[in-house]
Amino acid sequence: MAQLVATLASTHHPFYLKATTMPPEQQLPEAPEWKRKVEAYRETLERTKPDILVMIGSDHFHQIFLDNCPQFLIGKAERYDATFYNEEREFGIPKYVLEGDEDMSRFMHQALMNQNFDFAFSNELKIDHSIICPIITVRPDADLPVVPIYTNIFAPPLHTPRRFYDLGRAIRKAIDDYPSDKRVAAIGTGHLSLELGGPRQFMETGPDPEFDRQAIEWLRTGNIEAILENVTHESMAASGNATHGFLNFILMLGVAGPEGADYVDNLDLFHTMEAYFTWYPKEQAA
Amino acid sequence: MSKYYVNKFLYTVDRDPELLKRYTEDPRNLVATWEQSLGPKLLNNEVEASSVHAFTAEEREALINHDYVALFEMGAHFFLNLTLFIGMYDEPYLLKSGPLSFQREFAAKLQHWRGKDYPTVET
Repeated sequence: MAQLVATLASTHHPFYLKATTMPPEQQLPEAPEWKRKVEAYRETLERTKPDILVMIGSDHFHQIFLDNCPQFLIGKAERYDATFYNEEREFGIPKYVLEGDEDMSRFMHQALMNQNFDFAFSNELKIDHSIICPIITVRPDADLPVVPIYTNIFAPPLHTPRRFYDLGRAIRKAIDDYPSDKRVAAIGTGHLSLELGGPRQFMETGPDPEFDRQAIEWLRTGNIEAILENVTHESMAASGNATHGFLNFILMLGVAGPEGADYVDNLDLFHTMEAYFTWYPKEQAA
Repeated sequence: MSKYYVNKFLYTVDRDPELLKRYTEDPRNLVATWEQSLGPKLLNNEVEASSVHAFTAEEREALINHDYVALFEMGAHFFLNLTLFIGMYDEPYLLKSGPLSFQREFAAKLQHWRGKDYPTVET
């Protein structure tokens, strides 16, 4: 059976590449520290020598729109183009082509259907920065096949935090059951407190630093009970109108299982709290 | 009111450099063109028409005036409303007033929503 070798969950900041590659005299004062932290986080993946990456993200109205909007979607294609024109324009993110793994996508899709997750699928998926940002940060050579999974964190009504956690558990089971000798890493991105297009955007900190500290502590300790007790759609909206990206962190905790993280780091940037987590399956850590 | 149609406008203009340029330079004409020939197309289909949606007068005016505050208050999706106007205003504001100055002005104009429930973006 396939082996899950690491679960990574982080924020995805679309300006990372631009912020750390522009001429040093124009960079933010935080840029060198940001780069160091991202490279240390990258090493937590590198050391596990993965063969396939299961990537969890959320399309930001690039390919998916309100005329046809799935809650959960899996890509099933031999390769994936990435980065849309407006992401190049706004963030300076380059185009990529990522190899797919159709066999694992097919298995994953069926395994998730078998566990009562009615996944939409796409045989021609162009992926956006929610998946390319972590490629840039943790696998910049973009040299591994991916199985992309999208969640709707954006167009209400959204699924519950519990449903996201359960989906993470189901993805974990599908990886564990995949008949292959491949080493699989699961990599997901979302947000802590975040405001976009509202009165609390682009402040000196994220819109709710108290939530950010609490959320990092919950994830560090793997405390899914506390998350499910405290995090609701209303509480996330109160922490910032785009805070629902935290649902993907809850999903990733489902992939890892309710356990403490093996690697935790964070960085207070000018309008968000960046955070980086890695879990190693316990039987391997021993 | 058609939040969906407003979002469809923001979405289709944001993803097309030519439409974005026209919306920046001559919004009244671009909105008219869009209502006449672009909006009534089923997405991702050059042949099929869709007769379901139309703008209200307020929505049309808000789009013509680049009025992102009014669009926020009508429940236009926050991401589309931000990313399209950044596409038009980020660079001129950057040259004039420095990094993030447009984003901060955008936030400042919405301060009366601090501490309140925002208009829902559900469509």
